[in-house]
Amino acid sequence: MNEMRRVSAICNGTVIDHIPSGSAVQVMRMLHIDGSHSNPISLVMNVPSSKVGRKDVLKIEDRELSQEELDRLALIAPSASIAIIRNYGVAEKRQIGLGAELVNIAKCSFFNCITQNPNEPLPHRLQVVSQDPLEIRCAYCGRAQSVGEIIESLI
Amino acid sequence: MDLITMDDLTNEEAISLLDDAERLLPIARGDVHLPLLEGKVLANLFFENSTRTRLSFETSMKRLGGEVLNLSEVGSSVKKGETLYDTMQMIDGYADVAVIRHPRQGAAQYAADAVKIPVMNAGDGAGNHPTQTLLDLFTIRKGQGKIEGLNVVLVGDLRYGRTAHSLSHALSRFGASLTLVSPDPLKMPSEIVRDLKSSGCHVEESEELSPAISSADVVYMTRIQRERFPDEAEYEKVAGIYTLKAEDLRSAQSDMMVMHPLPRVNEIHPSIDATSHAWYFKQAFNGVPTRMALLCRSLGIEIPEAII
Repeated sequence: MNEMRRVSAICNGTVIDHIPSGSAVQVMRMLHIDGSHSNPISLVMNVPSSKVGRKDVLKIEDRELSQEELDRLALIAPSASIAIIRNYGVAEKRQIGLGAELVNIAKCSFFNCITQNPNEPLPHRLQVVSQDPLEIRCAYCGRAQSVGEIIESLI
Repeated sequence: MDLITMDDLTNEEAISLLDDAERLLPIARGDVHLPLLEGKVLANLFFENSTRTRLSFETSMKRLGGEVLNLSEVGSSVKKGETLYDTMQMIDGYADVAVIRHPRQGAAQYAADAVKIPVMNAGDGAGNHPTQTLLDLFTIRKGQGKIEGLNVVLVGDLRYGRTAHSLSHALSRFGASLTLVSPDPLKMPSEIVRDLKSSGCHVEESEELSPAISSADVVYMTRIQRERFPDEAEYEKVAGIYTLKAEDLRSAQSDMMVMHPLPRVNEIHPSIDATSHAWYFKQAFNGVPTRMALLCRSLGIEIPEAII
């Protein structure tokens, strides 16, 4: 590696590489990384990448993200490379993909949807109607949701 | 079977429900007594005002020998802040089928997900109103002999009117050409127009009604809703623009149908009532056989081939 490593290797945890440049903050929101935990987090943004030009990288120490947590990242970083690190080595590489439905990940953004009542107990469900082009609709009211709206409405 | 949007029915299923409704006509008229739904209980859950939809579901159930529970928000636990989920748990225990109208969009699907009994959407906010659409299709078939490939003009509040949304979707599936006539602020939402066009439907948008009349098979009027306007003067400006009078129909085809989900305010002048074009009161009656067919279908009750 010619370039000096910006962030040191981690012993155990999860590395999310090839995040679209500038999107790492949204990735952190989606993973509920908000400073309330004590494990070390390293964030690198807008670094050169031979693969995608510029990219963000997120290293989360001492936490192995579940497949369900990782899959939601397909919304904003579908081509991210994900590695589970154990004892400084790559123990697993993970593929991510949006399922048919996002359950309790974000609320419907439509102001008059039944799910806007915070006391209603059924899960928030957003259906992935099509992957390409990405089309996501509330399973209850049917309103289309943009990725931006979903990120604003993360639970 | 739940009915939340017209997407819950294939074209074949919709046609087969219209055929069922046709067979149920003698019972709907009260000429034949056949208690197909004896011992069954319908819960009418109207969280928003309704006249025709609630009454026609009630009479449909009663003509078939069933019973009806009516819940209105006033004086019920809903006013005390009960969630829709909790209300539905109670209804699941009290009734065999539920009909729901609610001011919030998605409420009918949510209610259906909360219970085991079948749920029918009788209007959710500005969303869908599929039982109205079925009775509209039934009425159109009565007047035109078919529902495929017709020229239909939808007039009035196409922005908020859930009736217009549901009906335009259904008609597009049956190869209709649609002319959407509304004042600019009440135009059909662009995503619906996009959906209609992408399903191969020919769509024209206009602010003028009269040029569309001569080639129309159906002119479907809707009420411009006063409550949508910030001030009275703005409402008055558009309220009267689509008033259909008998003399406006001189160029119309002889079998052209004037329809309206009712209530009308001033969209259709009473001078039309006595003409052969007036279908809106028959349309209101057609809610009965159509909803009978839906109740039987959702409760899994077979309708005899011939009812005499």
